[in-house]
Amino acid sequence: MRNFGGKVLFLDRSDINTDEIIPARYLTEVSKEALKPCLLEDLNLEGFDPEKDIKGRQVVVARANFGCGSSREHAPWALEVNGIHMVIAESFARIFRQNMFNCGMLAIELPSEAIDRIFDEFAGADTEIYAGLDTGILKVKGGGGEDEIAFSISEFDRALVEAGGWVEYADLHY
Amino acid sequence: MPKTVAEKIFDSHRVDNPAGEMYVLGLDAVFCHEITTPVAVNDLVSRGKDRVFDPSRIKVVIDHVTPAKDSKTALQGKILRDWAKRNNIKHFFDIGRNGVCHVLFPEQGFVRPGSTIIMGDSHTCTHGAFGAFAAGVGTTDLEVGILKGVCAFRYPRSMKIQISGTLRKGVYAKDVILHILGELGVNGATDQVIEFAGPVVEEMTMESRMTLCNMAVEAGATCGICYPDMTTVDYLWPFIKDEFDAPEAALAYYRKFLPDPDAQYNSIVEFDVSNLSPQVTFGYKPDNVRPVSEMEGTPVDQVYIGSCTNGRLEDLRVAAEVLAGRRISDSVRGIVSPATPETYRMAMEEGILGTFLDAGFCVTNPTCGACLGMSNGVIAEGEVCASTTNRNFYGRMGKGGMVHLMSPATAAATAVAGHITNSKLYA
Ligand code: SF4
Repeated sequence: MRNFGGKVLFLDRSDINTDEIIPARYLTEVSKEALKPCLLEDLNLEGFDPEKDIKGRQVVVARANFGCGSSREHAPWALEVNGIHMVIAESFARIFRQNMFNCGMLAIELPSEAIDRIFDEFAGADTEIYAGLDTGILKVKGGGGEDEIAFSISEFDRALVEAGGWVEYADLHY
Repeated sequence: MPKTVAEKIFDSHRVDNPAGEMYVLGLDAVFCHEITTPVAVNDLVSRGKDRVFDPSRIKVVIDHVTPAKDSKTALQGKILRDWAKRNNIKHFFDIGRNGVCHVLFPEQGFVRPGSTIIMGDSHTCTHGAFGAFAAGVGTTDLEVGILKGVCAFRYPRSMKIQISGTLRKGVYAKDVILHILGELGVNGATDQVIEFAGPVVEEMTMESRMTLCNMAVEAGATCGICYPDMTTVDYLWPFIKDEFDAPEAALAYYRKFLPDPDAQYNSIVEFDVSNLSPQVTFGYKPDNVRPVSEMEGTPVDQVYIGSCTNGRLEDLRVAAEVLAGRRISDSVRGIVSPATPETYRMAMEEGILGTFLDAGFCVTNPTCGACLGMSNGVIAEGEVCASTTNRNFYGRMGKGGMVHLMSPATAAATAVAGHITNSKLYA
């Protein structure tokens, strides 16, 4: 199975919606690659600069209800073409979460205490997080410290990731 | 086991139960528009699977940007048009016959109680007004739906919202749902189905029920559902009259999809709306809601009346009632977009479009247009739009713009005053 992890982009806010992740004015694109420079362009978060802050990051950590609003799968695609294959949050909107797994990517939910801990101890520093899908452990490294946090995904979500996405899974089964 | 509406629909449409709570459902209909479908089409073509599971169950419209505004949107339309032709999809609504998907498809009689519907659009929850399980999905789900006629969902948990009391004059379904959103929060019903019940819902027209269900997703819900009754059957009758001997027989059949008396809900919430006043949003989230009176005097640059939330004939009628014999403020640009050609025609015949024109509104063709800031009324940085749509997200109607969501009556009154204000219909 593919590996998930890398440098973290911290987005310290709840209810980040898919209009912020990829604004509607870019929904006229019919290729995923074209979305690359537009990721998080309208994010309403003080101090965040999409031009500087996204490059070289492979993981997003955010607060609750990440990906709410529009159903646009352009949001996970915009993450994907920027090399971000894993989002960790306290909770996700249903469609966004399903879209991530449907694309063979990871949306990991952690209890609020664990999210608080990651933000408190690691935000700001050059942090990396790796997900061990076999061990169920997230390894967090950065700012001179290390942490391990247990996580789980459902059997079905795991099957989607293993298959490479929902199209591949459905092709085998239906 | 007593069941909720969604549980009954899941049990009657189950194709597979691949793991735990996940159900794969057979789909009665897959709806498509030009923003989220072309990427699915291109992917199917590149996989050598340019097929559809059943052309008669796929309904397609170009609605978000129409007429096309540039080469890119023209290409999206072309991909959809060519695909529908190749795959023999008869229900394809192109320019001249097209309108906002969630208004057009019910108007065409495509939604039935107890059915399953997906679309690559979050406001697909609107169709739950007919007692259907209708859910917005992403493009990959849409792609598999088109190809295989199935979609995976978690076995539904439901919330029941009981709406009691009597609505005051000048207070509408939009005010009710804004108020409910203010109470539930944008995360308050995530991954749940909301059943809207109670005397206020029973009194509502199908149009108002659609307004109610339309914004269920703003609380994170998968679908909003109203119970089929005689109002539902009367709306559907022209489309189902060959299937049933009489409307009563249709209702008897659809009652299969009412919840059992002891069905289990995650929660049951009661709202008494007797004292509810018109509501408006004030921030960048649809749960930032307060009474219009508390926002009185907030200046606006544009007023937009339309969309899948409030672009139906009943909405235009109310707005026209407020506008009759008056002019909108010189400081305001007014835009109205009847949601479908049928809405447009009826509004024309009733003289409603004339009222809008006399008041100084621009009447556009049916389209999503300004609702998502793609065309027909995008606002400039720092501008404020009073809107009958469903999302006030930062930049939704144009980068750096502010949107205040409200009912058509409040929007019309706001256009006349030049600032947010209650309509004369609310005494
Ligand atoms: S009117 Fe607005 S909310 Fe409704 S489908 Fe169109 S873009 Fe989406």
